[in-house]
Formats: sequence, C-alpha cells, structure tokens
Amino acid sequence: MAKELLSGNEAIARGAYEAGITFASAYPGTPSTEILENIIRYKDVIHAQWGANEKTAMEEALGASFTGARALVAMKHVGLNVAADPLFSASYIGATGALVIISADDPGLHSSQNEQDNRHYAVAAKMPVLEPADSQEARDMVLEAVKISETFDTPVLIRMTTRTCHSRSAVELGERQTPPEPEYKSDFLKRNLLPGNARKRHVAVEERLKKLALFSDSFSHNIISKGKERIGVLASGVSYQYGREVFPDAWFLKLALPYPFPINLFRRFADLVDKIYVLEENDPIIETFARLALKIPAEGTTPQKEIIGKDVFPLLGEMSQDTIRASLGLKDMTPRHDGAKVPGRPPSLCAGCPHTAFFYNLGVLKVQSRGDIGCYTLGALRPLSAMDTCVDMGASITVLLGIEKALEKAGKTIKQVAVIGDSTFFHSGITGLVDVIYNQGKSTVVILDNSITAMTGHQENPGSGKTLMGQEARRIDIAKLVREGLGLEHTYEVDGYDVKAIRERLKQEMLREEPSVIVIRRPCVLLYRKAKWSSMLVDKEKCTSCKVCLRLGCPAISSDADDKSLINEALCTGCGVCAQVCAFKAIAFADDKGPHINSVSLESFLMGGQQ
Amino acid sequence: MKTKSILICGVGGQGILTASDLLSDVLLLAGFEVKKSEVHGMSQRGGDVISTVRYGDQVFSPLPALKETDYVLAFEKLEALRNINYLSENGIILVNDFEWQPLPVAAGLEKYPTDTVEQLQKLAAELVLIPATRLAVELGNEKVSNVILIGLLASRMEIDKKLWLEVIGKKVPPRFIDLNLKAFECGYNFKP
Repeated sequence: MAKELLSGNEAIARGAYEAGITFASAYPGTPSTEILENIIRYKDVIHAQWGANEKTAMEEALGASFTGARALVAMKHVGLNVAADPLFSASYIGATGALVIISADDPGLHSSQNEQDNRHYAVAAKMPVLEPADSQEARDMVLEAVKISETFDTPVLIRMTTRTCHSRSAVELGERQTPPEPEYKSDFLKRNLLPGNARKRHVAVEERLKKLALFSDSFSHNIISKGKERIGVLASGVSYQYGREVFPDAWFLKLALPYPFPINLFRRFADLVDKIYVLEENDPIIETFARLALKIPAEGTTPQKEIIGKDVFPLLGEMSQDTIRASLGLKDMTPRHDGAKVPGRPPSLCAGCPHTAFFYNLGVLKVQSRGDIGCYTLGALRPLSAMDTCVDMGASITVLLGIEKALEKAGKTIKQVAVIGDSTFFHSGITGLVDVIYNQGKSTVVILDNSITAMTGHQENPGSGKTLMGQEARRIDIAKLVREGLGLEHTYEVDGYDVKAIRERLKQEMLREEPSVIVIRRPCVLLYRKAKWSSMLVDKEKCTSCKVCLRLGCPAISSDADDKSLINEALCTGCGVCAQVCAFKAIAFADDKGPHINSVSLESFLMGGQQ
Repeated sequence: MKTKSILICGVGGQGILTASDLLSDVLLLAGFEVKKSEVHGMSQRGGDVISTVRYGDQVFSPLPALKETDYVLAFEKLEALRNINYLSENGIILVNDFEWQPLPVAAGLEKYPTDTVEQLQKLAAELVLIPATRLAVELGNEKVSNVILIGLLASRMEIDKKLWLEVIGKKVPPRFIDLNLKAFECGYNFKP
C-alpha cells in the first residue's frame, strides 16, 4: 500500500480506521485534538463524538466496548485526570470489544498547565501502556492496542507526546479489518463493580499483569538493535529518535510497550553492554524498572551496570538531541545571539475578540477575576492583565466560592468574579455553579459564550448547534439552563461588543448580595472572518494620544510615528469596541468598507449559514 | 547523505504550516525520508510559530539542532533574530523584509529593535533579504508571500524545479494555481 506523510494524530486516526474501531469519543485538548478531527474522515464506518468532558467521553467508549464494538477515546494528559475515575474501573472491568485510550502528554507545556507523565496512570491502574516513537508507530500501536486489549481483556493506554502528535513522517497504510458485530450481552460479574464482584476482578487484574509482563518480553515492537560499542541506550517514545542521533554506535533497546516492563528482555540487553543511558520524556519510569531489574538480577546473570538517567538528563521540558548532548557535556549551547534582547511575541486575544470588552471593564472597575482554561486565559496577559488565578477546567467558579467563604468567615469581602467559557462551563463548570447556589454563595459567575470551543481550533460543543459529525444538534442555551434549570433568578445576557452594557451589569452584580450569572454572548470573531466587514478608522485630528484604546490589547491597534493611534485595516474586524472606549470620539467606522459586524444579530448568526 | 535541517519561522497566520507542508511533500517526492514538526495551540493566537523539516537518507529526530540547521526561512525579521541560533556556521538565512509588531511593542511596552538586519548580517554566513510581503501585494494577494518565500528557498536547494511546480499544482485549489505559480517564480528568480 501507499506511504503518506502523516502527523502522529492523523496516524492514530488512520490506525483506528484500519483496526476496525467503530466508536470514538474525545474532549478536545492540545495536543490531542486532531485525532477525532481526522477520525471523522471515516465517519461512514466510525461513529465519532465530542463528550462534554473526558470522563463522559471515556465512559461512553467503555459502554461501546461492552457491546463488543472496538472503541477509542482520546484526550490531553490533564484530561485523563478528569477521566481517572472510569479509567480505574475500566481496568477491573476489562474489554469486551477493544478499549483504546489515547493520552497526549505535553512535555514542555506548549499549551498546558503542567507536564505530568501519564504513564504513571498505566502503572497505577494496572494496564499496559504503548509509547509510539513516530507516526508509523502511532498507526501500528493502535492496531497492536486493539489486539492486546481483546487478547488480555484489558483497556490499553497509548501515551503520545506533543512531538509525536504534531510531527509528520511517512506511514505505510493498510486495509481496514472487519470489526466484530456488536451485540449487548450481560456480564454482571465483570461490569457491576459491587465490592463482591470487584474483589474477584482485582484477582483477575493481577493475573493479567503477570501475563502481560511475559508478553512484553516478546512484543515485536520492543526491539534490541545491534551496536558497535558496549554502550547501551534504553529508550521509549520520541526520545529514541534523539538517542539515535547522539549515539550512532550504541546498542539500543527501544520500548514501545514500556509497562509492564520487559524485565527478561532488558536483562538480556544489559548483558550486551557495560553502560546504559536511559532516554524518556518527563519522569524516570522505565529507568526505575531498569534499576530495579539490575538490583535483583536473575540467577547467574548481569552484574551491576552503570545506569545514566534522570540524574543527568532533564526531568523538565522536552527532550531533544541537543538536551542529551548538553546534559552529557558534549555540546556548547551558548547562543551566538542573546535571545533575551528580542521582544517576546506572546499570543493574544484576536482583533475583534468578543472577550476583550469584558476584560477591559474588569480593569476599569478593579474587579479581580478567577480564571479558567480557554482563549480567555489570555486575558491574564499584558496589557489587559485581568486574570488572577487559573487552576484547571472549571476551577474558576469553585475557587471563587472557596475564597468568598473563607473571607466571609473573617468578616471580609472582595470584588471578584469567576470567568469561564461556554465549552469549559459544559465540561465542569455546571457542578461548581450548583455548589455556589446550594451553599448560598454571593458571587458572580461570568460565562463568556462564543458558541464554540475556540482555543483548540473551533470544535463544536453542546452550545454550538452542530455535532462533530456535522449533524444538526439541539443547542443548549446556557442562560436558560442556569435561569430555568438551576433556578438562578439573577441570570443576565449581555452582548460581548457592548462595553457600556457589560460595565453597568458588572457594577450592579458587584453590589448584589446574592449569586448571579452574566452570560456574555457573541460568537467567536473567527467565525465571522469569512465575510468582509467594515474596519475602524482613527481621526488623527481628534486623537489626543491618551492611549486608552491601546489598553484593550487589540492586535489591530498600535501607535504611529506621531504617537497617534493607528488601526491595521487588514486585522481590524470593526467590532467597534475601541470606538466605545475613546472619550474623544476619535475612532469611527470606515463606512465604505462593508457592513458592521454588529449589524448581524446573534440569533441570525447562530442559526445562519455563516459557520 | 547527511541529514539536512530547515527551520521556518514567523507569526501565526502567515501561512507557515502550509509552506512547510509544501516543502515536505517536495522532499518526499524527491525520494528523501522526511520528518516535519510543528507546535499548535497557543502559538496560533498571534504568537510566534516555528515549523521544522529534516530530510535525508535516514532521519531520526524531527527537530533540528541548535547551531546545526542548514536553512532558516523567516517570514518576519524579529522572528529571524529570535531563531538565528539554530543556523549552522555555513547556513543560509532567508528573511522576509517585513516587520510585524508584537503586541507588547504595539502597546508601547517594548521597542522593536531598529538594527535587526545588521545583527543578522553579523551572525549569519549568508543572509538574503526579500520584500516578500510587498511582492505578494503586487501580485494581488498578500497571502502568497509564503509561496514567494518557498520559491526563494527552492532556488537555494538542489531539488529539481519540476517537483516544486508539480506539488504546487497538486496541493493548491485550482482557482489559485496560477497565482501561486507566479508567486513561486517570483521568489525563485529573485535577485537581491
């Protein structure tokens, strides 16, 4: 078959297709998002869906596996924390149809709040983990995962990392296997984890782990390759590739199945060399097993060897051939040019972003915000500097309540709001809001509803009106859900482009001694981008160089040589927010350039074809 | 053949990933093993973007090494300076003569250096400056500046020109092929 240049995520999707997967679910999160986005290329044979969060997505995949269907669920590393509850249960239950769980870790925190190593989850939940080293292996490992899952009656974790997800290399494509016909058959003893059943399942899990350890010794992708010197490199994931660059003459043991650790295979390898370098991203997991294997040598074999691992190589950030060389003192990393002198280029809210006016108002009113995960986290950066905390998905609301209650006990109050996006609210904001209402909180929750999961690249969510497969879906109306569903009387909707309305509403809610929700609505400006809208224009005569418009942090606004404000027509979408904050009426619509973005009503936009 | 590395850098929205896709397809067609790397996510919101391509008989790491990269193709001058440390001693840096102010600069919090070109000249064995954004506007669409830059890169690489034209023909939607071929030629035939 043909070879194609695929990203790791595309290769996972291709592997899912070839392995006869028929159900796939996920919650979007960098670097995992494109897995499901590519799986819908095969939507004729695979049902694919976004879950409200990773826990729901994982449980839905588990349900699919109950029928004998082959299921895959994908998420970023921190998503697996959310899905940890069903992960541990799934391990006891096992897999009727294959259950393949993809965790995309983010060493280097390119777009995450931590750099946890999710191989720990495989060890803790007692299930095998596969670790592809490139796109070919990403595709291959999905096929292997399906086999292992069904042979050993176990869920299988595949640990990707940012670099394997987002690098492209050639992949040999194959035909699709015919999947088994799904049928639901009851299996009470396995699937109902009453303590009496679960106790027996734990026995099965321990037995399974022993069998998997033997399997790992003979697994065809755990490979020893010959070297010229008695130097060994034990590596997993993309670190293997870096190792091949640095140690061209070494023996290699590459582990695509690092856990259960192939102890006998490793001992054979150790006998061939005098010194072993261990290369892996994040934590010393295979290193720990390797050290343990040599500490308790099998009879008559393997004297103590020198192992060089995380005592030398970094625990932090991504590996690369450079970090390996630098750690070993083999390369001088002193830059020829001091990068510190180059001004940074941090990401920012887009020109016309419907979150800008809200963050600007927080600054004007000196209200602190408890933030959340999404584009709007960028409101924390200069010049808006309007977000004080950001913990994890949904934590804006719950952290807000904790602060409020702790201060209340001491007779204190502060002006604060929670800020959360629509997708994050569906993900895990609703339960926090329930806590606020139930515990008689008095704070205000601001939901920035742009009708899409924007940060990860515009994935549909329960508020979008469309599914991942492109079907029409009932749009869940957040204000209605809060007002009518949770019975929160003080629920208000404001237009994201209306600076004054947002400010007035915030002022009132800061005074209110009851909980309230402000839904700030306006679709993501990138959804509008397909049309040409009127841009804004600065009247240089009226501009007093007061620079208030620059405080919006809009990428379309800068200063000209005379220190007057300057609007980049190519970037400006004409949202009109800068005109509203200008006290000198120096900014107006350049009316000949097209209709105003404001003239499109929210309702018609959401219902219409512009998406 | 020794593995070669190319680093493409610029600002989110400049067509960097499209350019590196095109480059990778050409190299694959030329019979090389190719690995390409990029980072998504935060970088798409007006932040700096890097995409790297490595090719040769056998390629392991998808990442280029510091001070060992053969070509740096910069879509913006500040980004050229930010990534100059990747360039090898004999490497070539190809730079779009174009400034895009980062937000802290636009907001008056920091200054855009006035001597980027002089600094680059000091640090690189060979520097080629091309006004790709202006040339693209002259061709009728600012967006093809990326293909102009790819054309310039192609003129410095030893890959049959036919392969570039073939990939552009295959990858670009039919109504934009002419414009993109013109943009490629514009970069390929550019004389500094």
